Amino acid sequence: MTGGTLSTHATHATHDVPFEIAGREFRSRLMVGTGKYRSNEEMSAAIEASGSEVVTVAVRRVDLDRGNDESMLRHLDPDRYFLLANTAGCYSAEEAVRYARLARAAGFNEWIKLEVIGDEETLLPDVAGLLEATKVLVGEGFKVMAYTNEDLITALRLEEAGAVAVMPLASPIGSGLGLLNPQAIRTIKRRLTVPVIVDAGVGCATDACAAMEQGVDGILMNTGIAAASDPVRMAHAMKLAVEAGRASFLAGRMPKRETAMPSSPLEGMLD
Amino acid sequence: MRQPVAIFQSMSQQSVANETVSLTVNGEQRDLPAGSSVADLLQSHNLDPRLVVVEHNRLVLRDRAAYASITINDGDAIEIVHFVGGG
Repeated sequence: MTGGTLSTHATHATHDVPFEIAGREFRSRLMVGTGKYRSNEEMSAAIEASGSEVVTVAVRRVDLDRGNDESMLRHLDPDRYFLLANTAGCYSAEEAVRYARLARAAGFNEWIKLEVIGDEETLLPDVAGLLEATKVLVGEGFKVMAYTNEDLITALRLEEAGAVAVMPLASPIGSGLGLLNPQAIRTIKRRLTVPVIVDAGVGCATDACAAMEQGVDGILMNTGIAAASDPVRMAHAMKLAVEAGRASFLAGRMPKRETAMPSSPLEGMLD
Repeated sequence: MRQPVAIFQSMSQQSVANETVSLTVNGEQRDLPAGSSVADLLQSHNLDPRLVVVEHNRLVLRDRAAYASITINDGDAIEIVHFVGGG
């Protein structure tokens, strides 16, 4: 075997289609949040270790006594990261639309991670409100990435309404329970044309890898990294897990069998 | 345009009504000198306009260059928001 052949094989092993949403190419399939870190320094280091380009932020009132101190823009370089604002904490379509408009006025982009929450205990989405807000925001020129549950019909309706990506949960926000319904996620991925990004519930690298192995286009996570004992190390683990899961999906797993099959030849055994 | 109303209120309610305006900022009552602009309001709280977004009576202000020319009136509701950590 020549060196040239080896190098061709090496290139083949990492080859993938570009990760694109609404015609924009992103360099990492892992997207991360900025909430719940113990310090801004830890957050910056973790985001860097994750290799993410898309970084989510929330819109909140300025504390008038503290001024600009808590602004994320003091800790994240908007030239380096793609700031994806969310509508977390919004419980109606009207409220989510208001937050989205405020986020867009910050002047970075017209993208929004749309959340319309229906219940405080589970933070599960209000899918009727989500669809309504998606329609309004798409009509106003927003690029809507919609956080939803793992229901296929809702996912299809969101795509029809013009969402540029549909983001089904792995499990409830902040739960760290991992991928509870892989079959539903696979079904959504198979039936949708727009990118499918698993959002919420990833607790460790195994979960991230398993989610990517369903064939989804990417993962968005926050607590899985921020609430780890060592967030910077976990961010690195998540980066590797997303890459491994993607490669594993593209490689195509072996069929499962109920019985063993030897890996070594049966022939050539000694008498 | 609103000046006669302000004077009328000052006669019936308080003597300084035409010198200050009372507004709601992020849910809190505040007073500002009459004629203050959105830019003045941000300045009074030491806020960098590039780091915030302002909503004036439920209307999102998309053009920061206009902050200096938007006058705050008595009874206005202002929201000043920014990006914070979130997922």
